[in-house]
This record gives sequence, structure tokens and C-alpha cells, in this order.
Amino acid sequence: MDPEKLKERVLTLIPEAGLEESKQYPTFIVPAAKLHSAAISLKENEDTAFDYLFCQSGVDMEKYLMVVYHLESTKHGHAIVLKVKTEDRENPVIDTVCDIWRTAEFHEREIYDMLGIRFANHPDMRRIFLDENWVGYPLRKDYKDEVNIVEL
Amino acid sequence: MKEVIHTPVPLVEEEEYHINMGPQHPSTHGVLRLVVTLQGEIVKSLKPHCGYIHRGIEKMCEKDTYPQIIHLTDRIDYLSAHINNHAVCLLVEKALEIEVPERVKYVRTIMDELARIQSHQLWWASFGMDLGGLTCFFYGLRDREKILDIWEETTGARFLQSYYTPGGLLWDIHPNFQKDVKAFIKYFRKKIRDYDNILSGNVIFRERSRNIGLMSKEDAISWGVTGPSGRGSGWSCDVRKHHPYALYDKVDFKEILYTEGDTLARYLVRMDEMRESMNIIEQLIDNIPEGDFTAKMKAVIKLPAGEYYQRVESARGDLGLYCISDGNKTPYRMKFRTPSFSNLSVLDHISRDLKIADLVAIGGSLDLVIPDIDR
Amino acid sequence: MTSNIYDNFVASLTQSIHEWLYHVMPPTWALISEMTIIGLVFLLFYALVGLFLVYAERKVCAFMQNRVGPNRVGPYGIFQTIADFIKLLMKELITIKNSDKLLFNIAPFIVIIASFMAIAAIPFAKGLHAIDFDIGILYVIAVSSLGVVGILLAGWSSNNKYSLIGAMRSGAQIISYELSVGMSLLTIIILAGTMQFSEIVQGQEYGWFLFKGHIPAFIAFVVFLIASTAETNRGPFDLAEAESELTAGFHTEYSGIKFAFFFLAEYMNMFIVASIGATVFLGGWMPFMVHGWDGFNTVMNYIPPSIWYILKTGFIIWLMMWFKWTFPRLRIDQLLTLEWKYLLPINLFNILLMAFIVLMGWHF
Repeated sequence: MDPEKLKERVLTLIPEAGLEESKQYPTFIVPAAKLHSAAISLKENEDTAFDYLFCQSGVDMEKYLMVVYHLESTKHGHAIVLKVKTEDRENPVIDTVCDIWRTAEFHEREIYDMLGIRFANHPDMRRIFLDENWVGYPLRKDYKDEVNIVEL
Repeated sequence: MKEVIHTPVPLVEEEEYHINMGPQHPSTHGVLRLVVTLQGEIVKSLKPHCGYIHRGIEKMCEKDTYPQIIHLTDRIDYLSAHINNHAVCLLVEKALEIEVPERVKYVRTIMDELARIQSHQLWWASFGMDLGGLTCFFYGLRDREKILDIWEETTGARFLQSYYTPGGLLWDIHPNFQKDVKAFIKYFRKKIRDYDNILSGNVIFRERSRNIGLMSKEDAISWGVTGPSGRGSGWSCDVRKHHPYALYDKVDFKEILYTEGDTLARYLVRMDEMRESMNIIEQLIDNIPEGDFTAKMKAVIKLPAGEYYQRVESARGDLGLYCISDGNKTPYRMKFRTPSFSNLSVLDHISRDLKIADLVAIGGSLDLVIPDIDR
Repeated sequence: MTSNIYDNFVASLTQSIHEWLYHVMPPTWALISEMTIIGLVFLLFYALVGLFLVYAERKVCAFMQNRVGPNRVGPYGIFQTIADFIKLLMKELITIKNSDKLLFNIAPFIVIIASFMAIAAIPFAKGLHAIDFDIGILYVIAVSSLGVVGILLAGWSSNNKYSLIGAMRSGAQIISYELSVGMSLLTIIILAGTMQFSEIVQGQEYGWFLFKGHIPAFIAFVVFLIASTAETNRGPFDLAEAESELTAGFHTEYSGIKFAFFFLAEYMNMFIVASIGATVFLGGWMPFMVHGWDGFNTVMNYIPPSIWYILKTGFIIWLMMWFKWTFPRLRIDQLLTLEWKYLLPINLFNILLMAFIVLMGWHF
């Protein structure tokens, strides 16, 4: 499917999504509440069939926290990007997608570890790299660590 | 901020017990820790504990310039250092819309394939050792040494080369490079037959690996198991074929696919990939064009604001670099999607209800590199 | 019977020592000192063979793996194992918290005593053995299987799950393969008609049992090789200490000289099974002789029987080392399948076949 058609198709599947300007992949901003149902419909639909989540990353944009989903269809070969934003820095919660793409299980644990975004309904929401009793989330821009990070 | 979530440790059923495989254990090839729940010798479930070699490379990237980041990527998956360097270079070149000279593309492709061969050699060596065939280890390392020698001559380093720079190469190839690579291919074509004789054709090895760790194509896609491990399940996931970079759209090579999805299939994919990589190198090595070894680059590299994603096929699978730039000389956020991280996540699923010896075989067949998991 | 020029030498040497001892002290003391001397000689022999086998294994393994092997300590590294032994002697003996101290400490001794006792019955040349039992084979089988008790104790008392898994594997393995070793030897006992080692060797004067018993003897020999490799816990059957799965299996927690005991016992067990294999199938110290070729037989007779014995034993040991450095390891269920579903039925059938052949007189 060519990018323009794909954009239209995705927008009909997820009417709440907003399109974002991007160079490489068509990018959509999905409201956090709609993420799970949107993900299911993107995967289940025959002509989109996004069955491969090839990257899931968390980003701290300072104003808000963001989770970025890079999706590819192994059947059609097209790819899109979903972004989910949350402005709550104290207790951010986003629905998990690890029941849809199992690879998300580890990626979500990593995002929780590094950015403190919790994923609702995740089967094993623990830190993955750092200690259980580590204080703070290192990839946040306001993370301070005088001992280990040398500010130049 | 302090909020610790303790998920209850899975209670041990009757006649079950935990063992810790790792962080110091011969079969985890590094500091990976697997908490395995066993019933007798049967693996009931396992939980990987990562992070023993977590160095926060993603955080470090936010403070480093792009040429500096190349040196960090070596350390992610040290066995495909060249390929990781390549990913950063391609990302910067794509963002700045720089066309690199043909010569650079040739050298990079050859180096990448050499990296793939040596990575698979080391994997073969350690996989043989996991299964108790200690001789394999020395055969594999003996042949890998030849590639390291070639690299040492051209790049000055045997292991962590950082030979690529955005726009080209650090310096030109050594005058002996073509001769040495051709000699190596001739040598290794003969030696790879030894590999088949000592391990692939062995009855015990076949019985140990066949129908062990079955992973369907759907599982592979859902868990994001890429690279040779995914292709052993029949998933055509070779980035070199689907999103070609460097010269991969020009050279003629097969994507190795096996549909069995067991440990033996993953083994055979890698064995065939070594041969296929030699084919790729043979097509290129005589035709390296004359020319510059680097494109003209500005002294300070600043990526235009925006988002970039670059995928390459490392020896372990689909390596992705997700970069958000705000126009500065350092990235705003750099995310590495490393293949071993996703490949590890499937280990629990495919090793359940098998013996502990099978767990070692499956772990070996996934070809995990621990720094690639932990970053 | 052809008389060997070396026969009298050993006999007269032992006889003269015997007479001298009885001459200088009362019979009880003479008996005690004779036993002590024999014990010391065997202890020395045991240590030397152990050290040599470790060195040989390292050289053979290096040869298989395109390496040089030990080459720094002494010419061709021949003193390497002695240096290693001294190092092991001086290492700290680590006592594990919460381990069963008594069992933990006696386990290595049980293993090493079992292998030491088995040596007693092995004939190294005509008249050169500690005891010539008339149930020699039975004795050796019985004594060598005691070692598994030590391994089980070591695994249990270490308070380590890896050790326990290793010990349990080893228990299952040795008890299973004991059967095959016993049965393959039984095949030859049928042919030889005796269990006494000296008579078994004597019976192979013109033709080793491997050739005399042709098909069933050959099958028995192959089964014996496989089963005895398994019984000594050596690769490809080294599941008890599978280092890629169980770190070091039953001896994970042992250090220093206690570890060395396990290590030494493994090599000595290999030596013992190779000796039994050489004695029962390949004629032991008996030279290679063919009935009627007197000239040839005389030449063969000039080679001392101990050399023949060492060559044959060495050949079998070399075969076992070759196995270890070539094959990957089996899995525990495959190991038991091999024994109970293949080797044991083959063996039982083979015994019948041998009995039939002996009955009909079809052997050579």
C-alpha cells in the first residue's frame, strides 16, 4: 500500500488519531485511552496487518512523556509509527500491548525502568536492568545523579 | 519518586525448585542470569534477569556527538562491531542526505560480511561447547583469528574497530586487504567442511538439536525474533533484502530460510549464512573501485531536527537505531533496538517442559550476546 | 604353553623378597610388611599413572584441537601435571556453610578408594598382580561400582543444586551402564569358561578373545567400550559434570586436593576399565601370537609382557580420549534410552549367541 492510502486507511481505523509531519514513516498520535483497541484493529485488519512491532521506545519530551511504537507488516511490508503521549510525570500509565505483540513485554519493562511509565495489565511490571530499589528513572531529562554522571 | 513494585515471586509448586543459571555460568556466555524453575531436570519456567552489564549507552548518547556515538556502538554487540558502526553512519548520512563514494560502500559491505562470518564462527565455536563438543571451540577460534588479522591490518584494531565514520571510512584499506580476504575465503571454504564433519553431521548433535525449542513463524514475529533465529522459523526478516543499504541491492545473494523452527534449523541457517557471506564478498572483492575513502563532511555534524530510524542486519538480527534530533550536535534521544534483547524474550516460551540440557542448547542457538541485551 | 623369557624374572624377584622377609622376621610381621610394601607400590603406581594420564589427555586433546598443549614445564611439558598437583596440594580447602561436613569430607575418599581397590586384581604381566581371585571379574565390577556412592554423597552433601543434579544423573547413569559392562564381560566369560584373570589371559595365548569369539565378541567389545566410557563419566557421557549445564556437576564445591581426588579417580577409572578391556578382549599382557608360526611367535615373545599390556591399555585409553574430544554430549534421556532400549537388548541377545556358538564349538 502506498503511504497516502495507508495514512487514510489507518485514519479510518483509528478516527481519534492525529497525523504528524514526518519524513520516514507515516506517524500517528493516538490518545492513550484508545491505544489498545487501535493496536488490535491495526493488527487484526487484513489490509493493514501490522504484526511486527520492531521498535518500542520511551521518550521524555520534557513537556510530556511519550511512547513510540514502530510497526511493520510482514505481509505487506509497510510500516507506520504510533505515538502515545502522557503529561502525567508523577504516575504515568499507558495500556500494555504485550498481549498483542509479545515482544512488547520486555520493551515495556525497559521503558518502565528507564522512564517510569507504567503499563497497565502488564504481567510482570518490574525494572529489567536496574535494581529493584533504584531511585529515579535515568532516561528522564530531569534525572540527577551526581555520582555516576559527570556534567561537562 | 521512590516506588518499588514487587511482583510476587512465583510460588514453587510441589517438587519444583529454582536454580540460578548465571551471572557466572559457562553456558550464558557472559553475565546473563536466568532464574530457572525446575521439576527434576525439566524446565517449568524461567525468568531472565538482565542488567549486569548495563552501561546506560542510551543516556551516554545524549551527551555525545555522532562521531563519538560510533565508538559506543562497538561496545553494544562487540561481535558485529562493524555493522553497528554502519548503522550510525547510515543514520547520519541519511539525515544529512550525503551520498558516500562507491569505494566506501564496497569496503563497508565487505567488512560487514566479514563481521558476520566471524560472529557466526564464534557462535559455532561456543555452541559446540554448549553441547559438550569442546574441540569445536578451537576450530572456530582458529579460523576467526584470520579475520581478526585482516581487520588488524586495515583498521588497527582486532575487536572494537570504529572504522567507519559518518561519510566514509577513517582511512583507506591496507594494500594487502584484497589479497588477504581472497586468501581467507579460499582457506575458509575448505575449513567450513570440517565444521560440518565434526558437528553438523554428528548423530548425537542431530538428536540433541532436532525438534528442540520449536518456534513457529507467528511466535517469531510476535516476539520479534529476528536474524538467523527468526529465519530458522521461516520468517523472511533479512533487513539486507527488505530494506537494502550499502550494496546489498546490487549483490546477488540468497536469504537463507528454514521452516522447521527448531534448534537445528537455527544452526543450519547460520552455517549457510557463512557460505552466503563468502559469496557476497567474492562478488565484491575484485571490483572495489578507486576513489575517495570518505565524502566531504563538515567538522561538526548537526542533524536537522526530526526523527530518524535506521535498520541494519547485524549478525544477530534486526538492529534498529531510533534517533530524535533537536538540531544540536548531540541527539536528543537515541534508542537502540537490539536484536538479542528481543531474542532473549522468547527463551522462556520455547524452552518450557524441556530438559535443562535443552535450555543450554536453545540459549546457544539464539546466539545471545549479553552487552547487546543490556546496552 | 610357550614359556616367556621374562616370566621367571618377576616370579624370582617376588619370591626372593618373600623369602627374605620370612627369613628376617616372624611370619605375622612378614605378612604385614609384605602387604604394606604391596600397598605402597600400588599407591606410587596409582599416583604416577594418574599424573601421566592427565598429561597424556592434555597432549591428546591438544593434538585433536590443533594446539600444542603443555610445553613450558620441563621438556614437552612433562612436568606440567606435577606442577599442577603441587598447586592443588597447596590450595585452600574450602568448607561450605550448611553442607554435611562428614559426608562432604569422606566422599572423595570413597571415590578414590573404590578405584584403588579395583587395581588389585589387574594382571600387569605373568604373576604381576596383587591378588589373583578366582572371581576376578566379579570383584572388579563390584568394587568399581562403589565409586558411585562417593559421587552421590558428594552431590548430596555439597548443599548445591547443581551438584545434586549432577550426582543424580551420575547415579542413574552408572547403575544403568553397569549392566552393560557386566553383560559384555559375561559374554566373554562364557567363551573363556572362567572369571579368573590369569586364566582368561592364559586362554588367549593363540588368539585374543576378540578374534576367537568373532562376531559376538566383537559386538561385546563395542558395547563394552561404550558402556565403560559411560561408567567412567567421560565425554560424550560426562553428564554428571556437564560443565556447560551444571558448571562442574557433583564436584562444583570441592577445591584443592579433594577436587584432585575426584580428578585422579576419573583418570584411574579410565585406566581400570581400559585394563579390563585389554585383558578380557585383547589378551592382556599376552603377546600377539599365531598358532604354528613359531618364528613369529618367538619375535613377539621378546617384547616384554608389560609392554604388551601397556600398549593395549594405551590403545583403549586413546580411543576413549578420542571419543571425548570428538563427540558432543548426550542428554540424560538419550543416555538412558541408549542403554535400556539398545545396548541391553543387544547384549542379552549377544550372550545367547555366544552361548550357542560355544555350545556348537563354532569359535576358533
